[in-house]
Amino acid sequence: MSERVVRIAAGQGFWGDWLEAPVRQVQGGPIDYLMMDYLAEVTMSIMQKQKSRDPRAGYARDFVPLMERILPEVVARGIRVTSNAGGVNPPGCAEAVLEVARRLGLGGKVRVGLVTGDDILGRLDQLIAAGHPLSDMETGRPLAEIRDKVLSANVYLGMAPIVEALRGGADVVITGRVTDTGLTLGPLVHEFGWPADDWDRIAAGTVAGHIIECGAQASGGNLLKGWRSVKGLADPGFPIIEASADGSFVVTKHPNTGGVVSVASVTEQLVYEMGDPRSYITPDGVADFTTIRLRQSGRDRVRVSGIRGGPRTPMLKVSIAYFYGYKAVGTLVYAWPEAYEKARAADRILRQRLKDLGLEFDQILTEFLGVDATHGRLAGKPHPDLPEVQLRIGVRARERAPVERFTREIAPLVLTGPPSVTGFAGGRPAVEEVVAYWPALIDRRQIEPGVRVEIVGA
Amino acid sequence: MATGSQPGRKGRGRAKRSVVPPFRPTALRLLAHARSGDKGNTANVGLIALEPEYYPLLVKQVTPARVARHFKGMVSGVERFELPNLSALNFLLHDALDGGGTISLKTDAQGKVYSTALLRMEIPVPAALARRLRRE
Repeated sequence: MSERVVRIAAGQGFWGDWLEAPVRQVQGGPIDYLMMDYLAEVTMSIMQKQKSRDPRAGYARDFVPLMERILPEVVARGIRVTSNAGGVNPPGCAEAVLEVARRLGLGGKVRVGLVTGDDILGRLDQLIAAGHPLSDMETGRPLAEIRDKVLSANVYLGMAPIVEALRGGADVVITGRVTDTGLTLGPLVHEFGWPADDWDRIAAGTVAGHIIECGAQASGGNLLKGWRSVKGLADPGFPIIEASADGSFVVTKHPNTGGVVSVASVTEQLVYEMGDPRSYITPDGVADFTTIRLRQSGRDRVRVSGIRGGPRTPMLKVSIAYFYGYKAVGTLVYAWPEAYEKARAADRILRQRLKDLGLEFDQILTEFLGVDATHGRLAGKPHPDLPEVQLRIGVRARERAPVERFTREIAPLVLTGPPSVTGFAGGRPAVEEVVAYWPALIDRRQIEPGVRVEIVGA
Repeated sequence: MATGSQPGRKGRGRAKRSVVPPFRPTALRLLAHARSGDKGNTANVGLIALEPEYYPLLVKQVTPARVARHFKGMVSGVERFELPNLSALNFLLHDALDGGGTISLKTDAQGKVYSTALLRMEIPVPAALARRLRRE
């Protein structure tokens, strides 16, 4: 008896990931689903910034030319795509994909499942008035304190709308703020018909999603253990889940690709961004990472089993983006001899000038690249004969003016500060607007009735 | 299962008393690999034993108090969780990222290299194992 296996391939681990990966996943061997995760916490704020400048923007634009490359083969082979590329504008993203389908002569052959209802920006005042404080999960402060600065508010939806879209016949499911793991769990629940309260299987599908949601980070990319022996990273195989109905699965990658799938590569990904391992909370359930069993079952094959889970919580997480203020980072490079000493002297001079100008900042942070930027004081005393050191100084303020003035104080150091300085060809540093993240919780009963799944055809 | 600690609470004497023969201070990187990431202003470091038989040593020696001391001045507090099934410990390093996310001015705003910063620690290791690790 051959056991039925569903293959889910990771195509993107974040917005800006390797553009060839989804193409390789489609062409490199059999897959049933292509899962593309575009949304990190920071990503939503970036998309929001773009949408505020252009109302048609606000989704992962890379997704559209990518779909253009793979759509003919995806349609021909019946591969289905799940992606949260919709960002803060899923309808705009869906329309762009359908436009591509029409251009490729695939009109009528591509059905897009469009998931909306995660966006609650327009309901914030009503929710606050109804007694939902949407307090910051880290600080406990109520949202009312920054209400006038809020730019976007999106609830993390789970797998349910993806399952509904797939049941409705969608070939490509485009969502906004759906959890990374829901993009993998959704297809598994759809294919195997797992009940939504089969907590162990829900947890298993969630862990599968967590393993592949960061792309090649589970298959040899960014792998610390034995990094020198990881071969072929010029053409890394992105991870693929081969799932069985009982919830166990194998992590693998296509043959003839680089990287490695090992217990070490999967473990490093499992612990990535982990909180309490006993309760990995998603909208769909709570996975217990201390129950996961890993076993190398072949070359580039890791068998994952034993996963237990618990019931979902009554709350959903909300990702709120708000306008915080401004920041800028300036850099200069100081050369041997006494490179570090010169860079430190320059930092002191710059700070004195900022003080003399009466500029006020929430934060001034100095790092010396080559000395302490990555490990701080743990890096120990620098070698006295360092060939060069980069001075990197950043400022952050609620107002634009002091940050703007700071950006004009970097270049003058070249002629008015310590010697042997270079590396300023980039010109004045840019003033960046800071859109910050405010994580909160909301009762799911306030949200779920508003989630919509539409099937739109070309 | 979480055990927590504030940095700098415990005196140094305690760590020293356990470093008696036949134990040798040994670089943690010879016993473990690691990956780190962020959740807001908190960095997490997953510390994974290079061999399953090293895991009990990590549990015993890489205590939240020692990790807090290691990162003193860089984080406000440390929590530790155990994953014996993966031979791994998970550490949460609070207030490690200058506000985190888009607010942070740090090069490592998302805590990607706190992993190797933790591996800079030294822990007391039985002398025979310490000798073997250094040879490898």
